[in-house]
Amino acid sequence: MIAVQQLTKRYGRHTAVDDVSFHCEPGTVTGFLGPNGAGKSTTMRMICGLTPPTSGTATIAGHPYRHLPNPGRTVGVLLDASAQHAGRTGREALALSAATMGVDRRAVGELLDRVGLNGAAARRRVRAYSLGMRQRLGLAHALLGDPQVLVLDEPANGLDPEGIFWMRGLLRDFADRGGTVMLSSHLLREVEAVADRLVVIGGGRVVAQGSKEELLAGSGTLVRARDRAALRGALERAGLPVDDSTDGLLVNADSEAVGLAAAAAGVALTELRPTGTGGLEQLFLTLTAETATGPASTRPTEAATGPASARSAAVPPTEEIVR
Amino acid sequence: MTATIAPAVGRDAAAGQPRPPMSRLTVVELRKLVDTRAGRWLLVAIGLVAAGIIALQLAYAPDDEQTFANFFVPSLFPVGVLLPVLGILSITTEWSQRTALTTFALVPRRERVIIAKLLAVVLAALASVLVSLAVAAVATLIAEATGGAGTWRFDGMLIAHAVVLQVCTALIGAGFGLLLLHTPLAIVAYLVLPIAWSILGALVQPLYRAGEWLDTNRTMEPLFTAEMTSGQWQRLAVSLLLWLVVPLAAGLVRTMRQEVT
Repeated sequence: MIAVQQLTKRYGRHTAVDDVSFHCEPGTVTGFLGPNGAGKSTTMRMICGLTPPTSGTATIAGHPYRHLPNPGRTVGVLLDASAQHAGRTGREALALSAATMGVDRRAVGELLDRVGLNGAAARRRVRAYSLGMRQRLGLAHALLGDPQVLVLDEPANGLDPEGIFWMRGLLRDFADRGGTVMLSSHLLREVEAVADRLVVIGGGRVVAQGSKEELLAGSGTLVRARDRAALRGALERAGLPVDDSTDGLLVNADSEAVGLAAAAAGVALTELRPTGTGGLEQLFLTLTAETATGPASTRPTEAATGPASARSAAVPPTEEIVR
Repeated sequence: MTATIAPAVGRDAAAGQPRPPMSRLTVVELRKLVDTRAGRWLLVAIGLVAAGIIALQLAYAPDDEQTFANFFVPSLFPVGVLLPVLGILSITTEWSQRTALTTFALVPRRERVIIAKLLAVVLAALASVLVSLAVAAVATLIAEATGGAGTWRFDGMLIAHAVVLQVCTALIGAGFGLLLLHTPLAIVAYLVLPIAWSILGALVQPLYRAGEWLDTNRTMEPLFTAEMTSGQWQRLAVSLLLWLVVPLAAGLVRTMRQEVT
């Protein structure tokens, strides 16, 4: 439904998006994952014909976005919830778009109700809206044309835990009914909770993509010891690939191999466990840290602080609610 | 809250949808002119200024000068100062408020949005002439009742010229907005450039001669009268080429290429 082929965007010498290709299929939610500044928004703007690509193409239902005669009826777009006229009411903002697309005015009221902006909130000017309310308005806007495709940039930003839970349900339902969803996030758990497929982008390049199961399979082991340096040395001598994380060391090998390597070097472990659902996080941190700050093995200090800061930003505020 | 929004499956996504007609886009753009407080106040200001000028004339103009034509013409000037601001705002607020992101996502053929905006601005200029006419008519009735001349007779060409005047000034504003895409910059440029031109023209003799053809303050002056010679039309056309056609064309190219963020 969405086909992105070798999309590249350069600003002068800076390459914001570098040879990005992926597909989003009907019936799936594709999570577009990457740290801030990775090129997610630029890619999405290129898909929607708002930023001209330097090279490459993006099509929706086989057509470049700019060739869609009435794109709002095909693609629901939410690129920036803050990009609304501060002096218009929420209802008026939707009514303008409904008029442009030729959608029945009654749809405006129904959608406002559906996203939880009924009554007084809809009559207030967007200036007085919180970010969460703007996101709800933006989602209503994206759904207004009854589209088959949704392209949403960081839709969970500013939503409260209840709102995030609601939005996940909405997107899951949309995909289950045959729709195509592409949503971006820099929050790992956000995407992990709802996406079927993942496209991970870092430094403008796609660093991994596939189904969530594929990407989670073969995830490694988390290991900790009091003497971290000795543990690292032991693992490296055993030829096991090691990455830093805030919890300890992430090793791309099973627990047994890690335990044996530590025992052989006489290092006492304080923790040894498979990363399990944290696998995606490991993937995200290692891949993006490599592209953002250089190979972890050659620049250990940077690699150590890089993932740490990325991780603190990725702590989901809604974990309890979701589970 | 449960989500029950079904995507329409099996519909041909792209080709099946009709393009929004230009009439609908123009109505949307007209609505954007009035659906914010800023826009509404600008329109109210235009009406109030027209009414204010005429109230002053009723109070202070000699009785024999209180005619329909004499009420109508002076109201064009202050309205003509505000119309370009309307033209500028119609374009630049899309960028300052970042609604261009939504507008161009819904209508990716940007030239269609711009044409709709220009049509909306032209309709607003035409409406302003109607307001001037209505206010002048009310004033003439009052003049009749209060001992003024209250003469209704006037040359129909006056209205035609007023239409040309107001439509062109509004479009010049839109052209500046389209070219600069920035509200304060466009308004300052629109207000300052003609003044700078007049000052330079007064100082530099060759520029004064060129100003006869290029200074819209001077080429538009005959539009306030019912008589215009072909030479005056030519000078008006040349000045509009510089101040209206060139900014509009360059602004159109710029807006088509501008990245929307």
